[in-house]
Amino acid sequence: MLDSDVFHSFRRNPVVVVSAVVTTVFVLAALLAPWITPYHPYDLASLDLNDAFTPPAWTEDGSRRFLLGTDDQGRDVLSTIVFGARVSLLVGFCAVLFAMTVGITLGLVSGYVGGAVESVIMRVADVQLTFPGILIALLIDGLARTALPRDLHSEIALYVVIFAIGIANWPQFARTVRGSTLVEKSKEYVQAARVIGLHPGLIMLRHVLPNVMGPVLVIATLSLGFAILAEATLSFLGVGVPPTRPSLGTLIRVGNDFLFSGEWWMTIFPGAALIVLVLAVNLLGDWLRDALNPKLR
Amino acid sequence: MAEAPILEVKNLRVEFPTRRGTLVAVDDISFSIAPGEVLGVVGESGAGKSMTGAAVIGLIEPPGRIAGGSISLAGRRIDDLPYEEMRKVRGREIGAIFQDPLTSLNPLYTIGRQITETILTHLPVSQAEAQQRAIGLLREVGIPAAEKRIDHYPHQFSGGMRQRVVIALALAANPKLIIADEPTTALDVSIQAQIIALIKKLCREHGAAVMLVTHDMGVIAETADRVAVMYAGRIAEIGPVRDVIKAARHPYTDGLMASIPKVGRTDARLAQIDGAMPRLNAIPRGCAFNPRCTKAFDRCRAERPEPMRVGNSDVACWLYDAGQGGTR
Amino acid sequence: MIAFVVQRLLQSVLVMLAVAFISFALFRYIGDPVLIMLGQDFTREQYEMLVRDLGLDQPFYVQFAKFVVSAVQGEFGISYRLARPVAQLIAERLPATLELSMMAALLALTIGVPMGVYTGLRRDSWLSRFFLTISLVGVSLPTFLIGILLILVFAVQLGVLPSFGRGDVVKLGSWSTGFLTTSGLKALVLPAVTLCLFQLTLIMRLVRSEMLEVLRTDYIKFARARGLQNRAVNFGHALKNTLVPVITITGLQIGGIIAFAIVTETVFQWPGMGLLFIQSVNNADVPVMAAYLLLVGFFFVVINLVVDLLYYVVDPRLRIDRGAASGH
Repeated sequence: MLDSDVFHSFRRNPVVVVSAVVTTVFVLAALLAPWITPYHPYDLASLDLNDAFTPPAWTEDGSRRFLLGTDDQGRDVLSTIVFGARVSLLVGFCAVLFAMTVGITLGLVSGYVGGAVESVIMRVADVQLTFPGILIALLIDGLARTALPRDLHSEIALYVVIFAIGIANWPQFARTVRGSTLVEKSKEYVQAARVIGLHPGLIMLRHVLPNVMGPVLVIATLSLGFAILAEATLSFLGVGVPPTRPSLGTLIRVGNDFLFSGEWWMTIFPGAALIVLVLAVNLLGDWLRDALNPKLR
Repeated sequence: MAEAPILEVKNLRVEFPTRRGTLVAVDDISFSIAPGEVLGVVGESGAGKSMTGAAVIGLIEPPGRIAGGSISLAGRRIDDLPYEEMRKVRGREIGAIFQDPLTSLNPLYTIGRQITETILTHLPVSQAEAQQRAIGLLREVGIPAAEKRIDHYPHQFSGGMRQRVVIALALAANPKLIIADEPTTALDVSIQAQIIALIKKLCREHGAAVMLVTHDMGVIAETADRVAVMYAGRIAEIGPVRDVIKAARHPYTDGLMASIPKVGRTDARLAQIDGAMPRLNAIPRGCAFNPRCTKAFDRCRAERPEPMRVGNSDVACWLYDAGQGGTR
Repeated sequence: MIAFVVQRLLQSVLVMLAVAFISFALFRYIGDPVLIMLGQDFTREQYEMLVRDLGLDQPFYVQFAKFVVSAVQGEFGISYRLARPVAQLIAERLPATLELSMMAALLALTIGVPMGVYTGLRRDSWLSRFFLTISLVGVSLPTFLIGILLILVFAVQLGVLPSFGRGDVVKLGSWSTGFLTTSGLKALVLPAVTLCLFQLTLIMRLVRSEMLEVLRTDYIKFARARGLQNRAVNFGHALKNTLVPVITITGLQIGGIIAFAIVTETVFQWPGMGLLFIQSVNNADVPVMAAYLLLVGFFFVVINLVVDLLYYVVDPRLRIDRGAASGH
């Protein structure tokens, strides 16, 4: 592994190394949030309204206690960013995982079973792909909002968002996996397995999945970037995660209201964090796609 | 050769820098082609024959590059020309035919447009005259109803027809040399003979020499006047076709000839040469063929053989060094 | 040709019906429109009367048919939130969204395509690398953040451009346009730039990668081998082949602008359909949501249809009625 072409290409590309490091830092920070942040911004008891609207530490009115300033409730912006990143990453990963599961399953099924099942699934995927993902996510989210009574919705809003973004992403996985499944299905070992009496489906899983993992990984990484952006957008629009668990998008929205009165740090820092995270993930995905592309080797 | 050669290649070396070191695709080869002559260049995949053709026409893809030697066309050096100068040589003085006629033609333009474009780029004629010439070319290559089909798109032709169009395109500006890289490999066997015959006939009529690159000895036997056998980026043997085929001197050529199944013989097993051609990053010291050669001796493993004159051919094999093992 | 058009039209109608079905299901079965309309106090009798009035006791397909028929006539029901006919609301907001979208699409195309071509042709120039880096950042920046940043710089700090609203508009018949006033144009700048950026980067990257693919093909190699000038090769052959698939994908992307307008309109409080939609989602205003879905679906289906037809016109390979090849 250390000697492989992929790793070699990785080491020689400083930008990608930095991206990987950045992503890892974000993930670790998000996982360890409650232990590493200087304050717990959502523990109402620890907040002091007198601290509100403190600018970043390096400005005139700033304070060493709050590196990036505080928001309108006196919360430390740095801490809110770390917790916000936690939610953003959580939603992002879960949405991608969900999309992967649905997409891979449907791809395998449609490739293996073929016939009407395949046509229907692929048709749906194609039609869905003509609509932008954000719109799909928005629609599903909106539907849930109208269909469920208010309080139930607030409780499960997080899952609704994950579900919505996941649904927006499954077609790409499904199409790739179906393609590979078709290729494998026509290979002779599948026929041989049938003759022996082994369940070809299991054989295919053992052989198709490894072959497909490369492109799936690429799509997954790029989808992660999209998912994080989608969640941020939904939250910014007010139809994303519930306000009790703000993500980076929510933070930006809240901070936006104070942009004109001069408290720029409440929006800019969460915004910067979001940009850096998505950029890092996208760079990784881009590099991964080129590194795993057999045509370019 | 009575006249001056139309193409003279001396000590040509083509390299590919990679991150694992420099690969040598063509290693110090020399040959020449007389005007109107058909030189076959034969060898296995990876032997360097296509690369040689690409070098002559100046289309080696970076990071590959010509690292040494010279290429001269009608006495004028062309390997060191600036891009614009070389562009004028391409098409006008050197034409090319590639392997796959399906992908050689732009699917979005009519074949007429592609031919007239080539003519107009190189020859000072009017649009109308270019059109006439194009129709004439199509007739020459044997496309029926040329005036109609000139407005057709490539996908409306069959594989063999397309290759004829490609030949017409190669000859459009009347070049003196044609490089044909595996021109029949992608075609049905039944059509291969027709196309080869067409190439030979037209080149003779237009007075163009041909460098015919292929791995198919049968095609060479039918068409070429002389043949160069390449191995691992080097020329093993080069000489008149009859000599090389009937009385191969280099052990590799001998092995090649022997491995071709012949009608009428009833051999128990097909003859083969043990081993495989070395990869470009693992070429043996001395003669590249020595690990597989049944006649190898110490010198073969130590020094790379120079081409030596044996009869009408040049053979790069120590067996023929007057001082050493003696001739066959 | 006719057959193709008819087939595509039929397909489009089918998809539209599917979208209408989803929209109808939304409208009819999510929440209880009768309850919402009646409010808190009502008798059982009033409830049943309203049900009959609205035709909600009819069988499913009858209701669906009525829905489709009224939709086609532009009748979408009444907004829960604003108690006004949805059709009227949409008519008011549509010009704003369309003008914004068209401006953004124009910007994205006129900047994105040339940038893509340039970075495809001159891969290693510093300008190319610069564009590529910008494009990567562009894909990672959420639209709303771009909007906020632009507002921060141009409206808050520099104070040269407005940060919300549409400026003064002029009514031409039933269409209100912002193009004819200075304040209208000024108000258009930031939102249009924000909206176009994402599409721009996508288009640029698409054109570039397609261009790079095309430049690797055999027919480009053959074109160079024929000595065609760089301009002819790059623009005549490569660009044309690049643009064919790009046209289709770009068309679909442009459709995405309508959707992304939602975000931009929210950031800039632009009084368009997108803002209306978000407000309706927040307030469970189902008729508006359903109408928006129908409308957007319609746009997409039309765009898809146009793109398919365009593809047919541009790519000769699709016109198979001309007949296949003949002879060899």
